[in-house]
Amino acid sequence: MKKIIKYVLVDIIQNRIVLIYTLFLLVTSFSVFSLEDNSSKGLLSMLNVSILIVPLVSLVFSTIYVYNSAEFLELLVSQPLPRKKIWLSLYTGLTAALMLAFLVGVGIPLFVYEPGLTAVLMTMSGLFLTAIFVAIALLASVKTRDKAKGIGIAILLWLYFSILFDGLVLFLLFQFADYPLEKWMVGISSLNPVDLTRVMVLLQLDISAMMGYTGAVFKDFFGTDLGRIITGLFLLAWAIIPLWISTRLFHKKDL
Amino acid sequence: MIIATNVSKRFSKLQVLDNISLACNVGECISLIGPNGSGKTTLIKCILGMVMPDSGFITFNGKNILHDWNFRSQIGYMPQIGRYPDNMTIGNLLSMMKDIRNHHGELDEDLVFAFELNSMLQKKMRTLSGGTRQKVSAALAFLFNPNVLILDEPTAGLDPVATEILKEKIIKEKQKGKLIFITSHVLSELDDLVTQVVFMQEGKLVFHKSIEDLREYTGELKLNKAIAKIMVKQTV
Amino acid sequence: MMKSWIIIATIFFWLNGYSKTITVGGKNGISTIKQAIQFSSDGDTIIVHPGRYREGNIVINKSIVLKGIKLPVLDGQHKFELISIKANAVVVDGFKIIHSGVSSMEDMGGIKIYDCRDVVIQNNVLEDTFFGIYTQFGKNCSILNNQLTAISKEEQQSGNGIHCWKSDSMRIIGNTITGHRDGIYFEFVTHSIIWRNYSHGNIRYGLHFMFSNDDAYVSNQFKGNGAGVAVMFSHGVKMFSNRFEDNWGDAAYGLLLKEISDSYIEANVFVKNTSGIYMEGASRVHLFKNLFENNGWAMKIQASCMDIQVEKNNFLGNSFDVSTNGSLVLNSFNGNFWDKYEGYDLNKDKIGDLPYRPVSMYSMIVEKNPPAMLLFRSFITSLLDKTEKILPSITPEGLKDNFPLMKKAF
Repeated sequence: MKKIIKYVLVDIIQNRIVLIYTLFLLVTSFSVFSLEDNSSKGLLSMLNVSILIVPLVSLVFSTIYVYNSAEFLELLVSQPLPRKKIWLSLYTGLTAALMLAFLVGVGIPLFVYEPGLTAVLMTMSGLFLTAIFVAIALLASVKTRDKAKGIGIAILLWLYFSILFDGLVLFLLFQFADYPLEKWMVGISSLNPVDLTRVMVLLQLDISAMMGYTGAVFKDFFGTDLGRIITGLFLLAWAIIPLWISTRLFHKKDL
Repeated sequence: MIIATNVSKRFSKLQVLDNISLACNVGECISLIGPNGSGKTTLIKCILGMVMPDSGFITFNGKNILHDWNFRSQIGYMPQIGRYPDNMTIGNLLSMMKDIRNHHGELDEDLVFAFELNSMLQKKMRTLSGGTRQKVSAALAFLFNPNVLILDEPTAGLDPVATEILKEKIIKEKQKGKLIFITSHVLSELDDLVTQVVFMQEGKLVFHKSIEDLREYTGELKLNKAIAKIMVKQTV
Repeated sequence: MMKSWIIIATIFFWLNGYSKTITVGGKNGISTIKQAIQFSSDGDTIIVHPGRYREGNIVINKSIVLKGIKLPVLDGQHKFELISIKANAVVVDGFKIIHSGVSSMEDMGGIKIYDCRDVVIQNNVLEDTFFGIYTQFGKNCSILNNQLTAISKEEQQSGNGIHCWKSDSMRIIGNTITGHRDGIYFEFVTHSIIWRNYSHGNIRYGLHFMFSNDDAYVSNQFKGNGAGVAVMFSHGVKMFSNRFEDNWGDAAYGLLLKEISDSYIEANVFVKNTSGIYMEGASRVHLFKNLFENNGWAMKIQASCMDIQVEKNNFLGNSFDVSTNGSLVLNSFNGNFWDKYEGYDLNKDKIGDLPYRPVSMYSMIVEKNPPAMLLFRSFITSLLDKTEKILPSITPEGLKDNFPLMKKAF
């Protein structure tokens, strides 16, 4: 397995996209932190980077990469290697490369400009989002044979997690405005890893006071150690479940 | 050695393999022939475990291949169209394959030298011509001294010199008592290799005969003529 | 002319001659303050030397000066109100007053002024008192340069720092108050000034102000109080050059205005408050040259407000500039600087050519449906805001600054 991961990693690093992604993140981070005179605003801008750019790049890059590695996968599958290992190695290689890019591009600037618990939490959430969206991308690409369709699905998924889901939540909030929905919202937000990480980081930035009663309910949940553990488990589930399904599908896939 | 039992496979509406049963033994050189789209490649991929049959099962040395991935270490596979990661050089590819195969026995690099691949190890896969890729595929198939060789259209795209080299190599391996499985639609080139013929049409296995039986049955010496005769008999 | 001066001087010396100084503590002093007060008469001065005095409740019923040297300690042993002032023109100066009693029946203070005038309380240190300095029916009293620190954590267990009830013409100047329920509490207090006080870390409000008309508070600092500052049910209030800072919490406001009218809010600074100013039922309030920086909401103006004029203020780095809960707007915004303004100034008159709408669509949504705050900083909300800016539909039409400044107002 290590060997396959090594080859996947080497291949991704030779592919310049990840390098460009790293540079893009680096430039963004440094410009955000040096332009914003207010540090918490800088953190908020970085939050936007992690919840928009990271899922987008993770999804689209991974999907394209899987399609472009069809030959490689075919070659590996005809070799005496278990498919599960091949697939998990592909996942690990992709995730590791993108995580590394995030760590260098966002993690390091964060720790240079804003060392502290918030930086740790934001880096963690970026890493989680990478792991989650690579898993989702793998699931999308194993389900569809056609490359164009697969990339389309990846972009749609990104739209769903970044915009449509929140639109839906807003719609629900107004439909059920007469009911106390705060507690339900905790559950609903866990249906979207992007929301989950955003809320968690915002609470860390002490925006909870602005969130009124909802914020209080959220803080009661997400602000506690138990809440953080549960959130972490949820995020982990968001990575593991798609990965598990995609592994099963790949196991039966005709190449 | 390889036994397929009632293997069927359907790609959406197309029945690619229809209830195919086949037994192959050590020392045989089987030619799998049939028109384009008759399911030859799919059958091979089923045997390799790259395509999952909808029903039926395949055993390799008595073990169901579904539950045992390691049987592939005994197979050398040369695909119809060799597709390899673009960024790799021939050298990278060879060393990667050696790396992941974890092969302990002796390596068979005859073809690497015969095809002069060793002189172009630095070339990237995406710059190679179709023929050179085939050479790479062939070299890889034989590299680990496997007991079973599965060659999917091995001579397609190869120049006559290379074809001759490959043929000699196949004969050499056959003499070592290996099971060799060849698909081809160009029949004449295989005449002097083959011991058994499997003929497929529209996903069905039409017949599986030894070459002697076939000659006796049709009275033809040349394989392609014998097959042509059979096809005529079938259609009549 | 000369003659009348001589008469005045003579009267002065005569009076002075009859006033005496009594010493408590030290080498030759009387041992208790209570005895000293007994011996004294109006106009006398009692000097108290350093020491710890446990005398229970000291009642000052004569117009005397009670002066401590090097902060003598009056200890109430958690049982008593320490000083009760029941005569006019009393001066209490330079004591350290600790451990007053706590009672839910009566408001025990460290120092309490009962129905008298011209009292001066200055340079005292109060620690662990229930109420700090308490005035009822006081008139023309001064409370100067005292330091009040309470240690109770719970609202019920804690009284107010400087508490004035039904008083008039008070001067509350230069005090530092921390840890009390409300730092400074005014109820039915008129014509008074609160100047240069520092009220921080109080459990509820830094300043709590009700039914108190025609007062001014100037150059005070209110920082990190549980709920900020509340000014309610009053008119004619002037608030100048105060600083409202770090009042951050669920129900914390830099400044809460409720039923306030004919008032002026000028040159104040609102920094890092959940809501800089929250207004409800306010009318004819003029906001001029204030700075709102890094607040959650700079201003929340409920629809019940009218004739609020917001002019020449700076709005910098607030999450939301203004929010409101209705569509009817009877307030005016003119010539403010908004850092979120994206317009242009073609004729170079330093005034943006397009009006600025300080109410974002998302803030309207949140106002109507608070749980929507869940979507704070999500992509969809910024998308909504951008759309709304191009095609206003939900945000109140009238709520806009027609003359937004291109550069900071001051």
